[in-house]
Amino acid sequence: MKPHMHHQPQKRRSFLGLILASALAAHPLFAADFPTAKVNTTGLAVTDTTVTVGQLHSATGTMAISETGSIQAEQLAIDQINAMGGVLGRQIKVIKEDGASDWPTFAEKAKKLLVNDKVASVFGCWTSASRKAVLPVFEKENGMLYYPTFYEGLEQSKNVIYTGQEATQQILAGLDWIAKEKKAKTFYLIGSDYIWPRTSNKIARKHIENVLKGSVVGEEYYALGHTQFGSLINKIKLKKPDVIYAIIVGGSNVSFYKQLKAAGITSDKQTLLTISVTEDEVLGIGGENLTGFYSAMKYFQSLQNPNNEAFVKAFKAKYGDKSVIGDVTQAGYLGPWLWKLACEKAGSFDVDKIAAASPGIEFKEAPEGYVKLHENHHLWSKLRIGQWGADGQAKVLYESELIEPNPFPKGYQ
Amino acid sequence: MQFPNAILAEYTFSEIKSIFVMQGFAGLSLFSVLLLMALGLAIIFGQMGVVNLAHGEFMALGAYMVYLCSQITADHFPAFQPYYFILAIGVAFVVAALLGAFVEWSMIRFLYKRPLDTLLATWGLSLIMQQAFRSIFGAREVTPTLPEWLMGSFKPTETIDIPINGVFVMGLSLLLTLGIYIFMFRSRTGLHMRATVQNRTMSGAVGINTGLVDRFTFAMGCGIAGVAGAAFTTIGSTGPDSGSRYIVDTFLVVVFGGAGSMLGTIVSSFGIAQAQSVSEFFLEGTMGKVATLMAIVVILMFRPQGLFPSKVRS
Repeated sequence: MKPHMHHQPQKRRSFLGLILASALAAHPLFAADFPTAKVNTTGLAVTDTTVTVGQLHSATGTMAISETGSIQAEQLAIDQINAMGGVLGRQIKVIKEDGASDWPTFAEKAKKLLVNDKVASVFGCWTSASRKAVLPVFEKENGMLYYPTFYEGLEQSKNVIYTGQEATQQILAGLDWIAKEKKAKTFYLIGSDYIWPRTSNKIARKHIENVLKGSVVGEEYYALGHTQFGSLINKIKLKKPDVIYAIIVGGSNVSFYKQLKAAGITSDKQTLLTISVTEDEVLGIGGENLTGFYSAMKYFQSLQNPNNEAFVKAFKAKYGDKSVIGDVTQAGYLGPWLWKLACEKAGSFDVDKIAAASPGIEFKEAPEGYVKLHENHHLWSKLRIGQWGADGQAKVLYESELIEPNPFPKGYQ
Repeated sequence: MQFPNAILAEYTFSEIKSIFVMQGFAGLSLFSVLLLMALGLAIIFGQMGVVNLAHGEFMALGAYMVYLCSQITADHFPAFQPYYFILAIGVAFVVAALLGAFVEWSMIRFLYKRPLDTLLATWGLSLIMQQAFRSIFGAREVTPTLPEWLMGSFKPTETIDIPINGVFVMGLSLLLTLGIYIFMFRSRTGLHMRATVQNRTMSGAVGINTGLVDRFTFAMGCGIAGVAGAAFTTIGSTGPDSGSRYIVDTFLVVVFGGAGSMLGTIVSSFGIAQAQSVSEFFLEGTMGKVATLMAIVVILMFRPQGLFPSKVRS
């Protein structure tokens, strides 16, 4: 439906088509009702027919295994929004940038998107390290970032909407569950060596020691991309913890779980709870290497509700039957929708107005179920415990109530 | 920091014995991994003086060949599944060696007198190969489906588990080292290779086709890298940039061992592996690596030529 500029009748006809298409959508919004000068007072890349947004993930490097899902889900949401008539009557155009698993590159590309491309919002980042790298850029240039990953908390910014869970939402309820179900007292904390695993384990340790009255028998970190876990596995065998609490990310995951299995540490003898393995990672690790271990997440592909069934169907239709959907992929899908709702509530693309309009926004069609944006820019959400099967899908064993986001928990810092 | 006795104090003798055995195995397993990575590079660097920065990518190529074989087997010959892996290692060797020969013919041979340009050229090659992997196999890391017999563990006693994939990698690197040794020191072609290294003009004068020897050496180094990559699919996953993760450790081993010395490569990978695995056990992951690197830096300050510098006059 691209209008032909040089041929007047053609143009009129396709404009009519546009109106028809918009009228068919649930809430028809016309660009004409929202003059560009009014919805865009800060010089963003908004025209009478389009609005440009950015996507900033690692399409390459060690994090690509995890970030590919987010890229796909955001694109799916954008396609669906465009098919419904876009945002404030404007079709969304996407500029994709590759952070390449390298944090300074993320900062550089964020600056490019905000300063050169003047994008209205950015959907992106995955690791906390990349988010910390771009945060000063977003605050200085006054951009808007929709960040999909569960993360360690201790952060809140006018310029970021966090669509994943912060640490207390993901960690505390999960630890409570495992302590109660497995009568667990001793924990071995393991992580990749960067800010999210370290801060999360700090919170986990406080909770284990102060609330659950258990003990941490080991805590250690391995460089991103590490592949040799023999010494670590021997230490685990010596200390015999009730629970291995693992926060290993990226390609290292594959080596870690393969070597655990080869060393005879399997779920019939050892309880393992992780907050870093979603369906995406299982694809690489292989379900047979994880069978019986637990993940604490807000979303699993196997969730049974009409929203999720429609989402899974649309995702597979676009990306193939073999594709899988993990927690962050679903959170990535929420980003464009929450941005659309905020723009419509504010009646504007201006970042300041969107930031102010965001708290209180409800998204009832989320695959994970009802979510609501808190005034601290995080989402109210549930926590679920899934147990992995050999087919790479999780069986959901537990579901909490909606948990209030609390990025600055007292007593955990 | 915890000291050995503090860690081990509260355990029974048999537990400590089992851990000792398994920890010893972890060290040996890391040793064979490092050795396998370094062999191909040591041959190319040692025999030809070419710094092949695309070495890691040749390893990734080998790993991708295993992945490809695994896919083909699963789709067309499911009955062959338990055995394909052995064949895949052969495929990895042949493909990597052929590409190596092509690279030598099209690029490296023009640059023998310009070592810095080789550095740049092979680095460029590594970028090209990474992008090729990305375009062909996708950005996600992949793992081949491995035959069941490679995945379990031996259990000599109740408390000892020896991973079979570790034993497999160890056996392979032992076999390869022996094979290379016999080839270099007991075969005619090996003699030609050593002669060319020692005195190229003289070798040419007595009728050795030195250009062909160079091509053969380079191809062999690349082929061995391919085998190493194939073996690593039993340990970890493969992505387009896996190669750049391997290359640092590989150079560490070769430089520390002293370029051009086979014995140096073996001793250096053994030393680095044991230091890393022991320090990881008593410290923690990241600190273990730091301690190992510190030790290497200190030793290289006193022995800048590496442990076993080559004694050939240049």
